[in-house]
Amino acid sequence: MTFLQLISIAAGIMFGIGALAAVVRIIRGPSILDRALATDVLLAIAMCGLGAEMAINRHTDTLVILLVLAMFAVVGSISIARFMAKQDAS
Amino acid sequence: MSAGEIVAGVLILLSAFLSMAAGIGIVRFPDVLTRLHAATKPQVLGLAAVLLAIVLRAPTWGVVTTVVLIMTFQLLTQPMTAHMLGRSAYRTDHVRRDLLIEDDLGRDIAAHADD
Repeated sequence: MTFLQLISIAAGIMFGIGALAAVVRIIRGPSILDRALATDVLLAIAMCGLGAEMAINRHTDTLVILLVLAMFAVVGSISIARFMAKQDAS
Repeated sequence: MSAGEIVAGVLILLSAFLSMAAGIGIVRFPDVLTRLHAATKPQVLGLAAVLLAIVLRAPTWGVVTTVVLIMTFQLLTQPMTAHMLGRSAYRTDHVRRDLLIEDDLGRDIAAHADD
């Protein structure tokens, strides 16, 4: 077993724990803001996981997906935050 | 096992550790603002580490420019998300006021209430 295979197993376990915790918060979250935040975290972990897979297997096929996610991940959370603010204005 | 592989492996492990810490943080912390504090770590530093690992493993100009673009967009958009979520959480009372040490926004709102 090579060094990078060991790294990928350890990183996979840690990414998995983080993603599971985010899913737990999406399910339990008391407010919709907690759920939006946990969805953001899940997306960030997915981006880090995609990047780690690219670095380990030495290809750049999914780099464009990271670019699109970095550009448009902001839309969901901001619209949720605006909707909440309008709903409870005054 | 070259030096580049070792550095890339350490960067990937750093990113994975930050992701795990963020997950544990948003499960354990009590309200939206503290969870926001835990959540924003892997979004910037974790992604920066993993992008640096990609550049180390595939060092061409196309990859470098794309990586710089990704990091720029992430640095532009994530503070906006955090700001909007935090502000909306404060305005809709999803904040544990007993845990706040300093309440600047509340002071500003009180000062401008009679305008």
